[in-house]
Amino acid sequence: MNATAAQTEVIKESSMLKQKSMIAANYDALTSTADTGRKVASTFVPGNLNELIMCFDMLNNLPEINAINNGMRKKSGAMIMDAEKRGHSEDVCTYVKADIGLMSKGNMAPNGKPLPPPDLLLLSYTGCFTFMKWFELLRHEYGCETVMLQVPYEGDGKVTKNMRDFVVKQLKQEVIPALERVSGVKFDIDRLREYLKQSAEAEDNLVWVLESAKNVRSPIDAYFGGVYYIGPIFTAFRGTKDAVEYYEILRGEIEQRLQKGQGPITPEGDMAEEKYRLVVEGPPNWTSFRDFWKMFYDDGAVVVASTYTKVGGVYDLGFRHDPDHPIESLADYCLGCYTNRNLPQRVDLLEKYVNEYQADGLLINSIKSCNSFSAGQLLIMREIEKRTGKPGAFIETDLVDPRYFSAANVKNRLESYFQMIDQRRKSKSAA
Amino acid sequence: MSTASIIETCTALYEDLNFESVRAWKAQNETRKVIGFMPVYVPREIIHAGGMLPMGVLGGGDQLEVIHGDAYYQSYICRIPRSTIELGLTNRLDFLDGMLFPSICDVIRNLSGMWKLMFPDQYVRYFDVPQNYQDDIGGTYYINELKELRQGLEQVCGNEITDQAIRESIALYNENRNAVREVYRLRAEQPWKVPSSEVYLLMRAGMLLPVEDHNKMLADYLAAAKEEDRPLRDNCRIVVNGSFCEQPPLNLIKSIEMAGCYIVDDDYMLVNRWMLNDVSTEGDPLQNLASSFLHDSADTAAKYCTSDDQVGQFLLDSVRETGAEGVIFAAPSFCDPALLERPMLVDRMAEHNVPHISFKYAENSGQMQPIREQAGTFADSIKLWSET
Repeated sequence: MNATAAQTEVIKESSMLKQKSMIAANYDALTSTADTGRKVASTFVPGNLNELIMCFDMLNNLPEINAINNGMRKKSGAMIMDAEKRGHSEDVCTYVKADIGLMSKGNMAPNGKPLPPPDLLLLSYTGCFTFMKWFELLRHEYGCETVMLQVPYEGDGKVTKNMRDFVVKQLKQEVIPALERVSGVKFDIDRLREYLKQSAEAEDNLVWVLESAKNVRSPIDAYFGGVYYIGPIFTAFRGTKDAVEYYEILRGEIEQRLQKGQGPITPEGDMAEEKYRLVVEGPPNWTSFRDFWKMFYDDGAVVVASTYTKVGGVYDLGFRHDPDHPIESLADYCLGCYTNRNLPQRVDLLEKYVNEYQADGLLINSIKSCNSFSAGQLLIMREIEKRTGKPGAFIETDLVDPRYFSAANVKNRLESYFQMIDQRRKSKSAA
Repeated sequence: MSTASIIETCTALYEDLNFESVRAWKAQNETRKVIGFMPVYVPREIIHAGGMLPMGVLGGGDQLEVIHGDAYYQSYICRIPRSTIELGLTNRLDFLDGMLFPSICDVIRNLSGMWKLMFPDQYVRYFDVPQNYQDDIGGTYYINELKELRQGLEQVCGNEITDQAIRESIALYNENRNAVREVYRLRAEQPWKVPSSEVYLLMRAGMLLPVEDHNKMLADYLAAAKEEDRPLRDNCRIVVNGSFCEQPPLNLIKSIEMAGCYIVDDDYMLVNRWMLNDVSTEGDPLQNLASSFLHDSADTAAKYCTSDDQVGQFLLDSVRETGAEGVIFAAPSFCDPALLERPMLVDRMAEHNVPHISFKYAENSGQMQPIREQAGTFADSIKLWSET
């Protein structure tokens, strides 16, 4: 029997079905703009201003999510090679190349219909240099209007008044007027407040879900499962009623799992024993996502906290969108995204996770495509080992380029790491 | 003074990975401080106005064996951060009182945080610059950033950095920029008299010398170079683009010339030429620095271009102004800004029928034969088939 046939049927909970229908509806809306006349803004996950985009009746199309989608459906490899044939360097981000390659293959959405060209490129320049050149490349292809929101990096580990004022001013004087101009809809701050209220409600439940992993045994996997949990808030649904409902349903499901003493749900059903509790730094690999996850749950490894699930907002440190200070709140949100924080802040956060989630150690999945995450991760690992006394491990993969996922290498490293944790435990109990 | 003796001095500075000249400068007075900076631009005037020496840190080149630095970076990250860490960990930069990491890419950005963790006694600042060029938006932000920088530097030097002192420093750096532009102009006009390897070393010397000394060196070189009697070769004229951060080995520059290309413009050390014209010495100096940055500065891949038709325009202007016949896109491996922008620049050059080739290098690239062959073939193709 081959591996595909051997896979058991994927278990779907209500929250999963809800999210699936939300995503499908958004793609249907995006691919029917020729009929509906709705305008489309493309933007990024970090610094995603979904509530603001909705104020102008516009649809939100996120190229990173399209790349992930194509990565998970094993389509990104050909797109990347296509972009490389057209002169894009093999050294640069594969999200960008998957996006460029998608265009050359007809810009097909997962529903089999073509995505429309964006009416506005909302360049939220938050925590990633590549974003800036990515949208310059898209503008070069589409020739559409582009508005830039520069979000200053927290180089000194804090947000100053100057940084915040700068973002607020850009939102008021450049971003909102551009959205008004493209959509033909006048900005209504009360509408924004309503959306932000709903955002905060959903964010409360997301944080509750993520923090449920502090329980030993954890009812969730905060990385492989976590990427689904952050889906609505990080993408085109933050601020919607759908997102509020999704997180209510999800919280209810996790509460039940906690009551029943169940571990995380995996594609093959409930996870058996929880043997290892890990904190993971870095994005996952998407082209072999299921295989990658399986390497963990087969060995009883649960990710109890991850930084990738903070890339579109670090809500567990207390930030919530604030309807009483709507524009300022959007600025604070952008400024606080994970990759907009400096290395010492990232180390502090990881140390906190390892300690508060009672983790056995830190695993870094270093991504070739993403220097924003990856540059400095070896120092991060050393710092965490030094501060917590827990072992670290380092694996290397890529986001959506299948050429950079070596299953055997990754599995070997993971197994060695789990053995290292076992040995530490033994020597600790012997001492 | 001959060009040879000036270049000999520059070469000694370039090859000295212990930065003895800077150490000697600092040792002359115990109150002296040195602030390191990485590419691509920092306002050196503010450092200078505090009585400190701004020192360009441009990696370790091809003579530094990187041992510790490689342990901090994955194989897919460029070389300049690892050789910079090597310089730091081997105490070659132990005389620095501060380090500035300009906003250029995520690797250098993250290096600022690494430096904070690794060298906690130094003043370390990520130097952010506006990508919004409106005076009341990006300008206001930038002026406040400059004020913060000034405050931070005041704590390092222990003195107030006055407006007047900054104005005086701006005047000195205006002089420097004028002399640098004059060297570039002379090279574009008579490239056989001003070899690019010499221009490069001359500009690198400016990364280590006090501006007053560099000004004199540039003036001496200009006077000497004009008197030089060097043979005119049948070379083509090219612009090098994409080398603004991690520097190519000197041999690479020589190889391009030996292959039959006169380099008539480049972006090797943009900090020397970032401001395209004099910065005003009247009024508020921080506002003047900001205004020049926003409206009168060089373009590079680390900057946002506000409209598609402006992408590559700076390069195209350079090609036209210098009479270049082609462009060599030479970027360091894994350089996000240069490599991401390259397809747009290539399109722009193609639109205007500017011949171009591309290759990658690392600061420690050793094999020059492929570069020579590629550049040589490019030069031949221009000579044989160019319509101009």
